[in-house]
Amino acid sequence: MSTSRQYELIYIVSPDATEQEVADLHAQVEASVARFAGELVKTENWGRRKMAYEIGSHKEGIYVLELINGSGELMKEIERRLRVSDRIMRYLVVRVDEELRAAERARARRKAVARPPQGGGEGAEAPAAGTDGREDAEVL
Amino acid sequence: MADERRGGGGGRGGRGGRGGDKGPGQRRSLFRRRKVCKFCAEKIDYIDYKDVRLLMPFVPDRGKILPRRISGVCAPHQRALQTAIKRARQLALVPYVTD
Repeated sequence: MSTSRQYELIYIVSPDATEQEVADLHAQVEASVARFAGELVKTENWGRRKMAYEIGSHKEGIYVLELINGSGELMKEIERRLRVSDRIMRYLVVRVDEELRAAERARARRKAVARPPQGGGEGAEAPAAGTDGREDAEVL
Repeated sequence: MADERRGGGGGRGGRGGRGGDKGPGQRRSLFRRRKVCKFCAEKIDYIDYKDVRLLMPFVPDRGKILPRRISGVCAPHQRALQTAIKRARQLALVPYVTD
């Protein structure tokens, strides 16, 4: 069994697509996820959104975000399908599990620093602020 | 605009006194106390590329990524910020260029 990873998929659907077409695309993603034994964690439809620049003469796009647990093969399949569809103006797949884990670690570490095991809670708080302060001084 | 500033900082011994040596004489916000990294201060561990409101302050009018010598962001966070902005650009959430 291939390892499960978490991916974030965002795709921008052309603004002249109908609601039905957007729903169909979502259904297509859902079907692929099911076929590869993945898991669709979350779907967010951001709706129509003004884009920062034009993509092929369109100024807005319909953004859809999907959070997917699954394998690389699954994402490959989904990407292939999105590429084929002409309603999709753009898509982006980002693997997020490692980044989220790193963020979680950083949070845990900070908690450990804030409440040190060997007393001196105040002392631990001070160095954190002190480091920043020292950096300031060096720059000046 | 950026060139001008660079010229002022790099032009060693040049006039204009922008070098910062005469700190007290000039109260330019540029040479004020260095700001503390925004992401460290607010304890943001994961810089989300979807959060346009978070990213926009680091993308000035021209559309470039604000250098950390100006924003005061620490190196690890600047690296994370950089990838976040680049991802957001691909999705047209943040501009590549504006004029």
